[in-house]
Amino acid sequence: MLASLNARALLLSLVLLAVFLGLWEAASPKQELAGELTEYELLMGGASPKAAVPPPSAVFAKAWEELSDPFYDAGPNDKGIGIQIGYSLYRVLSGYFLAAAIAIPVGFLIGMSPLMYKALDPFIQVLRPISPLAWMPLALFVIQDSQASAIFVIFICSIWPMLINTAFGVSGVRKDWVNVARTHELGAIKTAWIVVLPAAAPTILTGMRISIGIAWLVIVAAEMLVGGTGIGYYVWNEWNNLDLTSVVFSIVIIGVVGMLLDTAFAYCARLVQYQE
Amino acid sequence: MSTPFLSVQNLSKRFQAPKGGEPLTVFENVSLGVEKGEFVCIIGHSGCGKSTILNILAGLDEPSDGAVIMNGKEVSGPSLDRGIVFQNYSLLPWLSALKNVTFAVQARFRSWNKKQVHEHSMKYLEMVGLADGAELRKPSQLSGGMRQRVSIARAFAIQPELLLLDEPFGALDALTRGSIQDELIRIWSGSDQTVFMITHDVDEAILLADRILLMTNGPYARVAESVQVEIDRPRERANIIHHPDYYDIRNHLVEFLATRSRALAGKQEGTEQSAPKVVRFGANAGAVIPSEKGSKPGARKRAVNGAD
Repeated sequence: MLASLNARALLLSLVLLAVFLGLWEAASPKQELAGELTEYELLMGGASPKAAVPPPSAVFAKAWEELSDPFYDAGPNDKGIGIQIGYSLYRVLSGYFLAAAIAIPVGFLIGMSPLMYKALDPFIQVLRPISPLAWMPLALFVIQDSQASAIFVIFICSIWPMLINTAFGVSGVRKDWVNVARTHELGAIKTAWIVVLPAAAPTILTGMRISIGIAWLVIVAAEMLVGGTGIGYYVWNEWNNLDLTSVVFSIVIIGVVGMLLDTAFAYCARLVQYQE
Repeated sequence: MSTPFLSVQNLSKRFQAPKGGEPLTVFENVSLGVEKGEFVCIIGHSGCGKSTILNILAGLDEPSDGAVIMNGKEVSGPSLDRGIVFQNYSLLPWLSALKNVTFAVQARFRSWNKKQVHEHSMKYLEMVGLADGAELRKPSQLSGGMRQRVSIARAFAIQPELLLLDEPFGALDALTRGSIQDELIRIWSGSDQTVFMITHDVDEAILLADRILLMTNGPYARVAESVQVEIDRPRERANIIHHPDYYDIRNHLVEFLATRSRALAGKQEGTEQSAPKVVRFGANAGAVIPSEKGSKPGARKRAVNGAD
């Protein structure tokens, strides 16, 4: 075979996709347009004789329609997919970076000081397994603002992996490297900057990558609860509209955006990776 | 002055046993002196605490008893006055070879600007033969020998008063080891650096050292003998074996490692004889002086190897 492994893998992926879409299309019942409908049939929703999951062709048509004008805004219940994604990304990223701004310094502290580690560990262990959505009622009551509550939920769910990974990475810095800093009389800040941070960076970035994945999972659920805007709200709203084509389309979009976020962080992780 | 440049006084290291048992005494009553500019090697079997002594000299470890005095000041904690080369190189893998040196130089000479730091670092990388583009590579892209060269360049570049080498060539093949030994001795010859080096290699010790310290086996290890190597410098690998003293010294060292390190091992009851016995060969043979105090080895005149 002359083709590289990557090329062959891509080809196989495309074949699998085609087979999957083909089977899906074939399995979808044909929406035969009934000729004339009686008034009774119209009243009973007979215009679409049998509600079913839409075939891929319908989803593609919907995708084309949505993506060709992603930023239209026709009132609170009808906004383009781009606007919805934008709201979701805004919430995810602001909650996420707020969490990073706290988790990374605190993780550093915990990783450097065994005392702080032991003192804070019980809190982390209790808070970490709480489903982020369980915070929602409390957040709504305390913050009194649904937007900020959604951001808070993102904050609380993305803080733990970053906190734990930073602490783990910092405490696991090889003693040899710390000794290099000590024998060169580097101060605490220089040691952190020249030795500990670069040594722990791959572990920290892994935590950040896990966190962005979780944050993107949680935002959909959070927006279904708070409503108003965002991709999660969009999915739920289209369900209420009984527009399954839009539901399927937005599911795919959620996956694609999640993948792009993960790819971006994987790229950053490669930048700080080092080989021993 | 009667006190040498570096003086180790009655050093002991004990490790607490896990469950209140007898503490493990690695070494006890180790006393030795190193003169300014001297090249001293220390040889002993694994577990006799050589590395612990070196770490205490570096300030990375604390003795259970005793003290280390350098230049009239007690050693407490690491310092830029003492440079270290570890067996595992201890380079920072995310920095290029050059950056591994520049950060150290910047730490040593805080008032220097970027250009000065760069020129000084390159000078030392050049000395170890790594200035031909290899200085921009990361340690993982360098061979073991090249990594150890970077580590040596870093240690010399900060111009420490005492250079500590912890089996620097242990992980290298014989050819690489030979060429880096030559470089080490060449750089040392052109400086007034004092070197304290751990090695397992008897021939390496004779080639490099002014004096070789021999340690008995642990536990309760101690420095039993101090062998003077009075072979003129520059020494060359090919010629040194023809020196009349060479095999006498070598046999003495091998014999010590093979039998006497074990025979002399164990706890010394009562005796406060802590200074090592001085052993000499050649013109001074037979002059086995019981204590170091009378002899004053002192820094010997050096000659830079003519070969280059």
